[in-house]
Amino acid sequence: MRISIDHRTRYTFSEPQARVVQLLRMTPQDDGAQSVIDWSIDVDCDARLRRGTDGYGNISTMLYVDGPVDHVEIVVRGEAVTYAHAGPLTGTVETLPPVLFLRQTGLTRPDEAIRNFVSGVCGAVASPQRRAETLNIALFERLGLRAGRSPKARTAAEAFAQGEASTRDAAQVMIAAARAAGLPARFVSGHCLDGPNVRNHRSAHCWVEVHVEDLGWFGFDPSMGRQPGETYVRVAIGLDASDSTPLSGTRMGGGIEELDVAVHVEAGQSQ
Amino acid sequence: MLSRTASCLYWLGRYVERAEFTARLVEATLRLDALSTRPSGEQAWLSALTVLGVEADYLTTGQAVTQEAATHFLTLDTSHPGSVVSCLDRARDNAKAVRTALSREAWSSINRAWLLFQGRAAPGDTQDTLELVQQAENETRGFDGAVGRMLHNPSSWFLKLGESVERADSTARLLDVKYHLLLPEGETVGGVVDRDQWQTILHTVSAVNAYRWLYRDGLQAAPVIELLVLRREMPRSLVASCEEIVAMLGELGTVSGAQGEADRLARRRLAALREARVSSIIAGGLHEYLTAFLHDNAALDLAIARQFRFL
Amino acid sequence: MNGAFDEIRGFPGDGAGRPEFAPLTKWLETMPRAELERRQQAAEAMFRQLGITFAVYGEAEADERIIPFDIVPRILTAREWTRLSAGLEQRVFAINAFLDDIYGARRIIADGKIPEELALCNPQFRPEVVGAHPPHNIWAHICGIDLVRTGPDDFWVLEDNARTPSGVSYMLEDREAMIRLCPELFQMFRVMPVDSYTDLLHQTMQRAAPVSAGGNPVCVILTPGHYNSAYYEHSFLADTIGVELVEPADLEVDDDRVWMRTITGRVKVDVIYRRIDDDFLDPLFFRPDSLLGVPGLLAAYRAGHVSIINAPGTGVADDKAIYSYMPDIVRYYSGSDPILPNVETWRCREPQALQYTLDNLEKLVVKLVDGSGGYGMLVGPTSSKAEIEKFRAVLIAEPHRYIAQPTLALSTVPTLVEQGVAPRHVDFRPYVLTQPDGVKLVPGGLTRVALKEGSLVVNSSQGGGTKDSFILADEGAVSC
Repeated sequence: MRISIDHRTRYTFSEPQARVVQLLRMTPQDDGAQSVIDWSIDVDCDARLRRGTDGYGNISTMLYVDGPVDHVEIVVRGEAVTYAHAGPLTGTVETLPPVLFLRQTGLTRPDEAIRNFVSGVCGAVASPQRRAETLNIALFERLGLRAGRSPKARTAAEAFAQGEASTRDAAQVMIAAARAAGLPARFVSGHCLDGPNVRNHRSAHCWVEVHVEDLGWFGFDPSMGRQPGETYVRVAIGLDASDSTPLSGTRMGGGIEELDVAVHVEAGQSQ
Repeated sequence: MLSRTASCLYWLGRYVERAEFTARLVEATLRLDALSTRPSGEQAWLSALTVLGVEADYLTTGQAVTQEAATHFLTLDTSHPGSVVSCLDRARDNAKAVRTALSREAWSSINRAWLLFQGRAAPGDTQDTLELVQQAENETRGFDGAVGRMLHNPSSWFLKLGESVERADSTARLLDVKYHLLLPEGETVGGVVDRDQWQTILHTVSAVNAYRWLYRDGLQAAPVIELLVLRREMPRSLVASCEEIVAMLGELGTVSGAQGEADRLARRRLAALREARVSSIIAGGLHEYLTAFLHDNAALDLAIARQFRFL
Repeated sequence: MNGAFDEIRGFPGDGAGRPEFAPLTKWLETMPRAELERRQQAAEAMFRQLGITFAVYGEAEADERIIPFDIVPRILTAREWTRLSAGLEQRVFAINAFLDDIYGARRIIADGKIPEELALCNPQFRPEVVGAHPPHNIWAHICGIDLVRTGPDDFWVLEDNARTPSGVSYMLEDREAMIRLCPELFQMFRVMPVDSYTDLLHQTMQRAAPVSAGGNPVCVILTPGHYNSAYYEHSFLADTIGVELVEPADLEVDDDRVWMRTITGRVKVDVIYRRIDDDFLDPLFFRPDSLLGVPGLLAAYRAGHVSIINAPGTGVADDKAIYSYMPDIVRYYSGSDPILPNVETWRCREPQALQYTLDNLEKLVVKLVDGSGGYGMLVGPTSSKAEIEKFRAVLIAEPHRYIAQPTLALSTVPTLVEQGVAPRHVDFRPYVLTQPDGVKLVPGGLTRVALKEGSLVVNSSQGGGTKDSFILADEGAVSC
């Protein structure tokens, strides 16, 4: 399947900024389930873009903008071809062994409630793969999905307690739960043609990968209660949302910023 | 040099100078109030507060204007940002942040001045207070000396630049107080009280002897004004401070190879001061003249900050 | 203290003390106490005037304390030092090899020498720097190795400091004070000079530069600011070496290069000796919630345009949980047995070790795996029953956070205290620099002394002081 993506981010500043520095993790890579055909990052002002990789093997792009600027618009456009696949991921860039992804972070550290939930849902399930599947479905059923982006960086425990989750929250709760169940799990950011945010265009998508010993990494999407397939484009991974987030940045110049995001994911036409 | 370092040095110069000036003013006022044969009490302290522009801040503390309360406010009150102790605090803070740009001697003199005020609760009686402010003056003069002995490099130039900008400010304020200070009922211009007031001004800037040396006649307004505004020989005069500012900016310019708005403002002002005559200053109104000078000084301060990227 | 080895007087019952140090013993005996005190006060006055101060966390009057200085030096002979240097060289070589491996091929894990989870799930292991290649594969350019001693030839490594070890300014300033105040001691002993440390440090910085920096790399020292407890040291080092002392706000990253902001424009920076924790280096990569740091610094580092000393991520090598594997690590990379042994360590994360620890709390020192500065630890022998019981509960709740070690009979050195000159426990931190052609040492280090009688805690934040450490060019005094 051919999927085209148009991901626009616009910052508007109340005061002119002396400098803006952004870290983008917005460029996908080829793997066994996707081929990137064409991809570009454009900025609407004088800027320097430097491409590199981060510790997880993601493609990172540093964006340096000179001031004074009162707005910055970043347009990421591209197309990928995806393939239906079954079984574990293949052909992904792996810089770290799965065991690292057992490490809980400030955002994923499970509380009593999550731990109880884990033992309640999959205490009796022996197969690791089945455990991950069970958790994924159980969380999908348990968490009410909230459209759009999370207002602030909630922890997994906070989101779980409130019972209502953005896609990001759901992924982090799933990670917390999987790790609590002894399964390495990681955060994935990317795009989805039929994801929950595809109609409101307000946000990209995110999900989870869980490692099953001797088999490999498997994708799970707790906001949809399914495993990612042909409609997904995988972009970046990390221990939690903060280190795989598409865009993070700093600016020098005070005032407040307004952020406007528009994501259009469409089935591409063959040319 | 780092922009932050330059900014810290400049402000270090300003705060040390401010601490010294405040100490001098307290000393001169003490002499006028407590040691002269004609104590002037409240009036003297009110004028000291006015010179420093902190009269309103003082009155909000609700204290009466007495020697004890005013000296405490001006020397040891840590909640008052203009007190000697607060100025030394901030001076030392800046010094600490740029220790590597200072000579050991310069650092230890500022540190000693700071230690002098640590843990002091009350200035004590007149004698104790005099001792305290004189010690403070000694230490800040020691700092001045240490700066003079530092290598002639951008560090010492920024320090001196800050000192001169602050000094110009203080001298202008000091002179301007005559505008605010009403003579008591029945006193005449040129009378005893009027002369006392001019005497205090000269004392504050250590110019009593210089005045006698340069002007053989008795104390009068016009020569005092001339001395403090226009005489280059007088280190604290406006013209001498402005010369130093131009000189330091010039030195910095030769190193950086660049000149800017600060150079232009400073040179223009110095040229005007060199042309000025005391009679025309008095004719145009001393207060108006000084107000314009203080305004220019603030503009220069901002231009310096921009030119060297303090912001 | 009963039975402890005194480095000057020898074991109790050794009579007149170690003959090679006899002149010092005599000096201590003949010097009037008032004169010793006068000199000590003169030294402290000098430190205060120079502003050699430090801050103690959690104290209101944190700002202005000096670390107590003791006028009686500790002495190591040339032979003792030779053995120590060989051990330090071996250990620091292994630390760098370990870091390069753990962030690269991870052979040591594949070969089963250390548990994978222990290394990788350790918060000090930084996935953010995986794939970075510091020039010459040096990660920990500056290590401070904490040693303790229990007998004439018994030195133990207590702790490796591979992040931003501090205290080297005390090594240098204590020597200054001793030369000034006790010149006669330098007649008695041929003491090897330490003042080449700053040159060596500067050289270490220059030689760590990226190749692209060219022949004259711009080096800076990065401090969190003048409110930091070790600020004096940062400014002292910058001053002595002649490099800029910068704060994060003085640096900016553009085009994957680091620049410092100066009065005439920006200047490219090639080497940063940072005295800031990894967490606060770059908010874009490490701590998104932090306002501190230099945004983009890690990108510049990963791109190879700037060198960071020590490299981000070195904490995984000095973590107390890893510490217990150091003998294996040294053996693995150096191919020979460690010259300097570890102190026996029980990892409380292991049930048997925990049980042993709980059964012997009153005899053991229990430490936080990720603690420092003497906080959050239990010194069994000097603690009350109530303190031990309180700690027991803490330990049972989170055993994985603790390790336990025996309380060693730490050596003592005569020290001037209120009661006169009396033995006090000491430790020793030499500073070990690594350059492309190998490990470099200056003959010296920081001696910390526990001023309280019987105390084993030498941390300055817990009432410790410092002493000068004489390393001799020969085996004893010049003239007896």
